[in-house]
Order: sequence, then structure tokens, then C-alpha cells
Amino acid sequence: MKTGQRFYLREVLAGLVLTGHHFFANMGKHIAHALGRKDARGAVTIQYPEERRPYSPRLRSLHRLVRREDGSPRCVACMMCETVCPARCIYIVADEHPNPEIEKMPSRFDIDLGKCVFCGFCVEACPEDAIRMDTGILEFSSYSRLGMIYTKEMLLALEPAGPDGVPRSPVPIPADRTV
Amino acid sequence: MILDFGIVFGRVAFVMMFILNLGGLLTWVERKQSAIMQDRIGANRASIRIPFTRIQLRVLGLFHPLADAIKMLTKEDFLPARADRLLFQLAPFVSVFFGLAAFASIPFGDTLRVGDRVIPLQAITLNVGVLYVFAMLSLGVYGVMMAGWSSANNYALLGGQRAAALMITAEIAIGASIMGVVMWYGSLDLQDIARAQGGLLFGWIPKWGIVTQPLAFILFLTAGIAATKRIPFDMPEGESEIIGYFVEYSGMKFGMFAMADFLETVVVAGLTTSLFLGGWQVPYLYDTGFRFPWGSSVGLPHLLVALLQVGAFSFKVVVMIFIMMLIRWTLPRFRYDQAMRLGWLGLFPLSILNIVLTGAVLLAWGSRP
Repeated sequence: MKTGQRFYLREVLAGLVLTGHHFFANMGKHIAHALGRKDARGAVTIQYPEERRPYSPRLRSLHRLVRREDGSPRCVACMMCETVCPARCIYIVADEHPNPEIEKMPSRFDIDLGKCVFCGFCVEACPEDAIRMDTGILEFSSYSRLGMIYTKEMLLALEPAGPDGVPRSPVPIPADRTV
Repeated sequence: MILDFGIVFGRVAFVMMFILNLGGLLTWVERKQSAIMQDRIGANRASIRIPFTRIQLRVLGLFHPLADAIKMLTKEDFLPARADRLLFQLAPFVSVFFGLAAFASIPFGDTLRVGDRVIPLQAITLNVGVLYVFAMLSLGVYGVMMAGWSSANNYALLGGQRAAALMITAEIAIGASIMGVVMWYGSLDLQDIARAQGGLLFGWIPKWGIVTQPLAFILFLTAGIAATKRIPFDMPEGESEIIGYFVEYSGMKFGMFAMADFLETVVVAGLTTSLFLGGWQVPYLYDTGFRFPWGSSVGLPHLLVALLQVGAFSFKVVVMIFIMMLIRWTLPRFRYDQAMRLGWLGLFPLSILNIVLTGAVLLAWGSRP
């Protein structure tokens, strides 16, 4: 340690000048902001629930099942996604489709979001483009593990996010919650 | 008789309100100031909804101290099974009491003349005010030691011991660095010291302690910050290593220890103001108004002068608190041995040197300048 540093005083003053400069510069920006200069920002904070940072268009968010024209799922219950899923969080029960040209459809399509790792393999694997992760919804939570299981009906009801990345569907209410 | 009582009550109430409000507000200042220094916004979510409307009042997060108080009062008040019941319960009160009492002899203004009454603007008039403040500040550490010992927890005990060691280190340095000021102004009465700082050096520099005793100011401020037990001198707490003397406390008792730290911050800021920043003195303001060194003068009524003095004192205390907060949020913490070395091998010898220098200057000058 150098002799000058042993006295702390110079280093302490240098530090105080740095932090003090930050304080007064930011304070000036805050005041300018309050007085109407909206481009002056004294902090880098994004005030999350009200303000969102723009997400990448490639963001993998909550899954949705794509619908056909008549509203039934495009999914043909080929089990590709269930097979490829590394977290084994997809559970499909196949059923006969009323239309003879379509072989199968899922009678159940559950995703356990408590297990899901959001790798997007299910979207990659799907031959029918029936599952996508473009809803833009990130805030889903539950008081129980059961509540994290999203069913076919919930996933079918979701819409893709808008072009600005803002979700258009409300966050689905899990089964264990009423509000 | 009743009027006398009322006046005394008013003086005490003013000091109590001043220090309690400032202490409570400091939790907000600490959050906001640190946030602005670090390019953040700081706590601003606590809000009060105006009844029957949808208007949420946030007011820059000023409701957070209130929310904290409500939260702490409603939390469980935990008593460890093997704790010493009496001392454990008593400790936070001791801490806060001495923090509050210490401010009593710090003058917040000169005398106020109403009719033929002369009211000293000070909670208690003591001719050994400096010693009184020191005594109260050092007694405050008893609360911390009691907390550390009575918790029946080794980490708390270590924290209490460190607090005692730190307090002795800080007290010695404070006491020795203050001697220069006492020698220069020739009094132990804080009011006398504040009055003496109204004089002028070379006819134009206000004779504040920071001008006459610059070395003592730095030493005193350093030791004073150590006495508040906050970062950079937070060995008693040592969140990252021993958690500290209040490890077993919860709820408002924990809050009281935090509050005691803030009260001590206010006390040290007030003491620094009285000793080194001229106390309630406004430069060139005298009993009858401003009298500038270049000859011109502005007459002011007595009441306005008194108000200006109280305002100046409050302003200086707030500035001192700002500086102490700035230091707290700038410096990393000292290690225990580093703090001890700084106190005993740095501050203490330098304070003795300051006494010798001051004595030499006073001798050479013949009389006090």
C-alpha cells in the first residue's frame, strides 16, 4: 500500500466527488423531468408493471394452441412435442376427429408450466404448426402446483401478442384461483 | 409559574419533534439519496388512496416510513428461550433513550426575547454541554451491549463486544479532537461556543470551528461517524459476517435499534454543526440585523433574527446529515482490525497533535484571537 493511500483521505474525497456528482446530476435531471423536460431521465429504472422494456420478437413466452377455421385445435395428437419435451411437461390424450380427413385430435392437452423449461422444442417439433410460444405473457403464477397445469381449453383461448410484443390475451386464471 | 413550565415544555418539545421527525425521515432519505446516487429511483410504491376516489397519493415514497412502522409494529415480537428477559426487553429502549436525550444541550438558536423574558433556545442550559452530549452518546452503547449479551447468541455477543470496542475508540478520538475547539473558544458550554463562533477572523472570515480547527473537524467527523455504528464503521452489525447485536430481535424492537442509529446520526450532525459550523450563526448576522464587513448593514426585527438563526441551524444539520449519508453510501466498510488501527493509530495521535498545535498557536498569539 502506498503511503498516500494509508491516509484514506484523498481516496475518500475522490469517491465522495464521484458519488456526489452522480447525486447532483441525477437530481437536476429529475427536477427537469418534473418541470416538463420529459427526455431528461435521472435513473435507468424501468417501472415494471406500468412500464415494460421491449421484448425481442423471438421471445419464448406462454404457449398457445393454434386453432383451425372452425375453432378446433390444429393439433393432430402426433405426440411429437410430448416426445421431444426434455422436461416431460406435456400430456396428450389422443381422440378420433369427427372429420374423416383428419386422423386424430387431442381430447386432452395439458402443459405443466411448473416443469416447463421454455426451450421451445415443442414448437420446433410440431409438424402442423399447432403450438406456438408467441403470446407475450410472462406473468403466470399460482398458489399450488396443480394451478400451474394449463389445459387445452386455456391454451386454445390465447391470442398471439401484438406487433409491439404486448400480450393481447389476459393471463389465464389457473384452476385453483377464482380471481 | 405555569407560563414558565410552558416555555420549558415548548423548548423540550421543539427539540424532541425536531430530532424524532428528522430521525424518522432519515429512513426515507437513506433510501432516496442512495437511489439517486446510484442512478435508481428508490422506494416509491407505498401509497394512500384518498377515500371515495381512485387517486393514489405516493408523494415521492414519503409514506414508506409509515408503512415500515406499521409493518414492524404488527410483526411477531420474538423472545429467545434462553434470553435474559429483562435486559433483552430493556436494551432497545436504552439505545433510543440516550440517542434522544443527547440532543438536549445542543443550542438551536440564540436567546429569544419576548417582553421582559429571555428564553434560551436550547432544551436544557448546561455549562458542561459538550460533556453531557458525549456522556449520552457513550451511554447509548450500553443498550447495544445489553442486547448483545442478553440475546444468548454468540454472534450477538460478538456484535455487542465490537460495539463497545468501537465506541471506546470513537469516544477517545472525539474527546481528544474536541479539546482543540474547547481550548480555542474557552468554554464547555455549547451555547458559548456557538456564540464565540460569531466573531470574525481578520475582519471578514466567520470564526467557525471548521476555519479555526480544520484538522479537528476531519477527526471529529470520522470519529462521529464511527460513533453512529453505520457503514463504513459497521463492525457491531457486520451484516456480511456476524449479523450483529440485534440478531435475535424482531418487530419494532429491531426497528428501535435502526432508529437509534438514525438518532445518533442526527445528534452527531447537530454536534458537528454546533462545534464546527457555527451552530445557529448566520454569517454577518448579529442581534440587530446584518452588518457586513464592507460597511453596509441591514436592520432586522428580533423575531426575524431568531427565526433566521433557527433556520440556519436546521439547514446546517440537514447538510451535515446529507454529507454523512453520502459517506455512508460511498465507502466500503472497514474490517474490524482496520477500524481499530484507524482509531488508535490514526485518529487518536492526530487529535493529540491537534491539541499540541492549538496550544502552541494560542501561546504564540498571546490571547485567543
